[in-house]
Amino acid sequence: MSGDVSDTTELQPLDLESSRVSVQIPAVRYDQQGEMSDDERIGIAMRNFVKDFGRVAAIYMESCVHCGACAEACHYYVQTGDPRYTPIWKLEPFKQAYKREASPLAPVYRLLNLKSKVTVKQLREWQELIYDSCTMCGRCTMVCPMSIDIATLVGLARHGMFQAGLVPHELWAVAERAKREGSPLGATAQVFEDRVDWMGDEHEVEMHMNEDQADYLVTMSSIEIQKYPESMAAIAKVMNAIDASWTFHSDGYEATNFGMLSGNAEWQKAMTVKIIETAIKVGAKAVILPECGHAYGALRWQGANQYGKPLPFRVMHVSEFLAELVTNGRLKLNQVDRSVTFHDPCQVSRRGGATQAPRVVLKALGVDLREMQDSAEYNWCCGGGGGVVTIHRADALRYKTFEIKMRQVNETGAQMLLSTCANCRQTFDDGQEHFHWDKTMHSLLELVADNIVETEQ
Amino acid sequence: MDLLTFARGPALQAAFTIFLIGTFWRLLGVLLLRRKLDHSEPRQPALAGAFKGQIAHLWPYQPFASRVMASYLLGYAFHIGLVVVIFFYLPHILFIQDLFGVSWPALPHAVVNAVGGITLMALVALLVKRLMNPVTRLISNFDDYFTWFVTVTPLVTGMLAVAQVGARYETLLALHLLSVALLLIWFPFGKLMHAFFFVAARATTGMIFERRGTHS
Repeated sequence: MSGDVSDTTELQPLDLESSRVSVQIPAVRYDQQGEMSDDERIGIAMRNFVKDFGRVAAIYMESCVHCGACAEACHYYVQTGDPRYTPIWKLEPFKQAYKREASPLAPVYRLLNLKSKVTVKQLREWQELIYDSCTMCGRCTMVCPMSIDIATLVGLARHGMFQAGLVPHELWAVAERAKREGSPLGATAQVFEDRVDWMGDEHEVEMHMNEDQADYLVTMSSIEIQKYPESMAAIAKVMNAIDASWTFHSDGYEATNFGMLSGNAEWQKAMTVKIIETAIKVGAKAVILPECGHAYGALRWQGANQYGKPLPFRVMHVSEFLAELVTNGRLKLNQVDRSVTFHDPCQVSRRGGATQAPRVVLKALGVDLREMQDSAEYNWCCGGGGGVVTIHRADALRYKTFEIKMRQVNETGAQMLLSTCANCRQTFDDGQEHFHWDKTMHSLLELVADNIVETEQ
Repeated sequence: MDLLTFARGPALQAAFTIFLIGTFWRLLGVLLLRRKLDHSEPRQPALAGAFKGQIAHLWPYQPFASRVMASYLLGYAFHIGLVVVIFFYLPHILFIQDLFGVSWPALPHAVVNAVGGITLMALVALLVKRLMNPVTRLISNFDDYFTWFVTVTPLVTGMLAVAQVGARYETLLALHLLSVALLLIWFPFGKLMHAFFFVAARATTGMIFERRGTHS
């Protein structure tokens, strides 16, 4: 079933704590799920790829002039010099399929056989390019003279790859577990409730769980629940400090969406709808998304489209929420006399538009903000987004890309490293361990929670 | 019918017809596809992004400049060069006036000639880059090379005709017109269509990101 040496299975899911084995078996470079013939596989891949093929994707497919600029924005190409990592090349079989099956000139291409049929062999070869070496960070979109949003196209390509059972095994297993248990990392509803209780006791902070009605539905990412549980205490402190009506809810708490990352459109929808329905049930005015990048894209920008109509509540990344609180004066913060550099999570900043929110909060904290050379919407990805951090065989490549980040952080000379994404944080932690680096990533939310000025009620 | 009469008459007419029908077919085939309504709550109105996107992607953002500037400059050199040569060379203006009845001042022959030379050099440099750079070599296909060929041929035959080098003027002019016909026929089938699609792509991405409160 699996083509590499990872021991991640349904029964033994991904474990982010213990040391990692990331040996590649050179002869086997792809994973495969399910039993089907090659013909079936390719048919399913192509059908699911073109299923969502609307005007936007078609315009992108038609516009490329093969100038190669996208390579120069991509951390995989820049760090390796391997032309296969050129972003638009990652879509080559899908461009071929589009031209042959779906474009306005498709009959001509087929009649004259100008574009040959895509083969399973090609897709297996491309699995590494569609998954291991693309975090869908979208930096290539910004450099493209035609403005082709390649990251979106990679997301569509993953739809085809998932249905055809051509997903890197760990990512597939994580997504499957998220669908089955409600969380990719074993944070089931019961585990979540237990850990919220534990954090409430540990930090002596009042927790709100499963309230019938609340203005704010607060969600978490499983990485935080399992690895950085202090986040739960931190958001509770903030909520209590502003005297908000808020709740965690065991029906809808998991904000990560591995359906989206792995390419399973149905699972993506199911995971999103869970949060939406919970928010409606408790009459939330806003859903607060955790420090997680892709969760923001999944609910803030794709949520209503998954649901099929506008959402009756606001969707806010926690950094936006904090920015609003410090701006309207509801939250007063102590001054933190430290130099700080901030890592932008791609999906919140470049692709989400909430670029200024963390900077507003940092200003309120009074820190000396030292921006990295390429910051805000031009930031370099940590290398762990798009589900890549789950894929063991991609580790060596991921570390290579992480070198950019270490260099840029070091150049700032800042005392403290902050971000607003637990997945980035986990990638930084792993990179730190690998390189024996002296910098540790911290959470902006936790820094805020530690510096709330308690006001006399 | 001699070659020049054929090139001037039926060849160009047929080529224009294929160009028009093909271009409309391919544009409409894409632009008439459905686009799902975006239900997400916009951070700001999206429309301005359609215009901002056109401007923003004219020039690389600063963080990318050092890595892509050479390609941009070469690209601009030949695009602007082609516009100058096609639309500001006196015989071309007369040809257009003959067809459509409109005209405008021409640039001096010497200027157009020099620009033609620069354009040719830029196109050759980009071809060399395409062949030598591992990225462009990998991602290039028949369309890239054939499109280069049909773009360069009218330029070269035109410059030869002006200089009257290599054959009789009438023959060179006929070859020039035939190469233009080839360009027009190929236009709807290959990447020359980016002349239209770039507006659509920049508008699309520009609006998506404007809606999200950032830029493309």
